[in-house]
Amino acid sequence: MIQYVNYLSLLIIPLFILFTILYGTYKKVTVYDSFIAGAKEGPAIILNIFPYLLTIFVAIKGFQASGAFDFLRNGFYQLFAFLDIPIEVISMSIIKPLSGSASTALFTDIVKTTGPDSMATKMTAVIMGSAETTFYVLAVYLGAVNIKKTRYLVPVCLAADLVGIIVAVTVARLIF
Amino acid sequence: MNLIWLILLSVSIVFAIITGNLEPFTKSIFEGAKSAVEVSLFLLGIVSVWMGITRILEDSGLIYRIAHLFKPIISRLFKNIPGDHPSISAITLNVLANLFGLGNAATPLGIKAMQELDTLNEDKGTITFEMMIFIVINTASIQFIPFSVIGILASYNATNPAAVVLPVLIATIISAIAALLILFSFRKVLK
Repeated sequence: MIQYVNYLSLLIIPLFILFTILYGTYKKVTVYDSFIAGAKEGPAIILNIFPYLLTIFVAIKGFQASGAFDFLRNGFYQLFAFLDIPIEVISMSIIKPLSGSASTALFTDIVKTTGPDSMATKMTAVIMGSAETTFYVLAVYLGAVNIKKTRYLVPVCLAADLVGIIVAVTVARLIF
Repeated sequence: MNLIWLILLSVSIVFAIITGNLEPFTKSIFEGAKSAVEVSLFLLGIVSVWMGITRILEDSGLIYRIAHLFKPIISRLFKNIPGDHPSISAITLNVLANLFGLGNAATPLGIKAMQELDTLNEDKGTITFEMMIFIVINTASIQFIPFSVIGILASYNATNPAAVVLPVLIATIISAIAALLILFSFRKVLK
């Protein structure tokens, strides 16, 4: 089943591109020129996104390196000790919305240290699969169209992340 | 965002001073800058490729056909998108790419969707509700199979790496619905 879906996923993009260029040619579009004209937009978009990414990355890296992250994690761990949640899950919950590469590194580390079949591994695996790097998504998508006033989007995303983590931990508990 | 950024940075600096982590902190600022450059360069490549592909979709009119096809589904959630607007196609393609775990396609198509949604924005620089729905769907990250997680589990010889598929699917669906409910209730309360 997994292999089948994996193959299907690998097939989608090539087939989609093939269909696009053939359909374009059928509609008398010079697909080569169209592609170049579209690709020309790329640099301008990235130029918009770059300062947003830079701004958030600097703050996140600094937060991790300063020791504030460890303090926050230990604080949460003590606060929620009665729930009997592994500290790895707390770490993952804080890092996942902030950084994609750091959460992948953390997950690999959890698998290595607690074992591939531990409860901590299973819970963090569900968080990894069901949550997204919120601040990265925000930086890229808001940067792409230069949004300055985000209204109530950020509190919504943070609340949604919190709910998402509670859901992930609960589901992992119930199923495993 | 302003408040979060302010808190993240000032708390970090105070902590760095207290814990004596000044050197790692200063270093991390430049590491952050470096990874922003790296990520941007990576994005530059894939975004340009997808802008090229979507331009062919536009020039051939296929983008309007896709929009027409998926309008009945998309407009249930995005109520303020008129006609067969190209943003419908971009949103559809982004959601499909996410479902199949095609991150390299999902992000550029998401950027395209934001640009198309921005053409409907009368107050540039301020986010529209449609954009918020779109971003919330993306941060909820609905996907059928979390390939990267399974890959890591498999490489460390987990008994059954694929066992995470079902819980991830359940968790991601519940949290996506919850995220949308949170968004809609925020709108209701703040109106």
